[in-house]
Amino acid sequence: MIYFILISLLLLLMIAASVYSIAQKDLLYATMATGIISLILSILYYLLQAPDVALTEAAIGVALTTIIFVITIRNTVRMEDETDKKEKFKSAVK
Amino acid sequence: MKKVLVILLLATMGYYIAGSYFDIGFGQPHFVQGVKPVKDIYLAKTVKPLTVSNAVTSIVVNFRGFDTLGEVTVLFLAVTVLGSLLYKKRHAVGERSVLFSASSIVTSGSKLLFPAIILLGAYVFIHGHLSPGGGFQGGVIIASGFLLMLLAYENYSVSHTALSVVESLAGITFAGVGLLGFMHGGTFLQNFLPVGVLNNLFSGGVIPIIYIAVGFKVGAELTGVIYTVLHEKGQSNG
Repeated sequence: MIYFILISLLLLLMIAASVYSIAQKDLLYATMATGIISLILSILYYLLQAPDVALTEAAIGVALTTIIFVITIRNTVRMEDETDKKEKFKSAVK
Repeated sequence: MKKVLVILLLATMGYYIAGSYFDIGFGQPHFVQGVKPVKDIYLAKTVKPLTVSNAVTSIVVNFRGFDTLGEVTVLFLAVTVLGSLLYKKRHAVGERSVLFSASSIVTSGSKLLFPAIILLGAYVFIHGHLSPGGGFQGGVIIASGFLLMLLAYENYSVSHTALSVVESLAGITFAGVGLLGFMHGGTFLQNFLPVGVLNNLFSGGVIPIIYIAVGFKVGAELTGVIYTVLHEKGQSNG
């Protein structure tokens, strides 16, 4: 029973963090939320008896991906720009 | 016209992929019960001829070793493309990688933590056949240790020559062990060393050698990625 409650709590946290990362306009906060998703996912892998995958997820998802996103945000822009998404995409493709 | 062509191409691809999926027959009796299902053969062979404690490692490195070689090649290609794209936008050697220098607590703390992180990574990939983890996980842990040093010290530099030498030697070791198995047993990555006793460090034949090579390779590649990305000239960085 406590196992079930723990897993459902973790899943609810994961859903909340993913919704937050989509809705957030500040990309740095959104990146932190995706890091939290990876952390909870690695805990879930460990609870489901897959320690190999949990180790991979913790090392790559939490540390490396988050850091690379943070460096990218430092070198580009931090706030998400809402205006003229299609025009920006077209000019970026050209 | 273009869109119709794209849709036709995708439909053709989808048709053939779906056809091959239906040919496999997941859930068919000969897949699940049969004389000896694949999973039972793998789990039995992990213990008896191979004497490896971690079944995941025996599948990844031995039974599916060729796939692991492909994975390592994919990672190598991704790192090469990233380096070639960002090569011209790099800072000059010796320029700072972080915006401001860290405080002395952070620098001395990371200096203390760095050997421990490297030791943990080495432990994870040397004991890949005994405990959870392996070459990929250990390599990523080593790369995160280098990341800590790069963030804490603004002038910390990693030799690209050493990284490329380590990476190439590790890749050659992996392919060479596979070719030796080819000469010995007739198939690529065939085990040709004595397998030892279960749960010993020196057990499992060629599996520890391959995983140590993979650990060095992944660690060198990801350290190179972090170093290249961190030294890219950005807008805010000037």
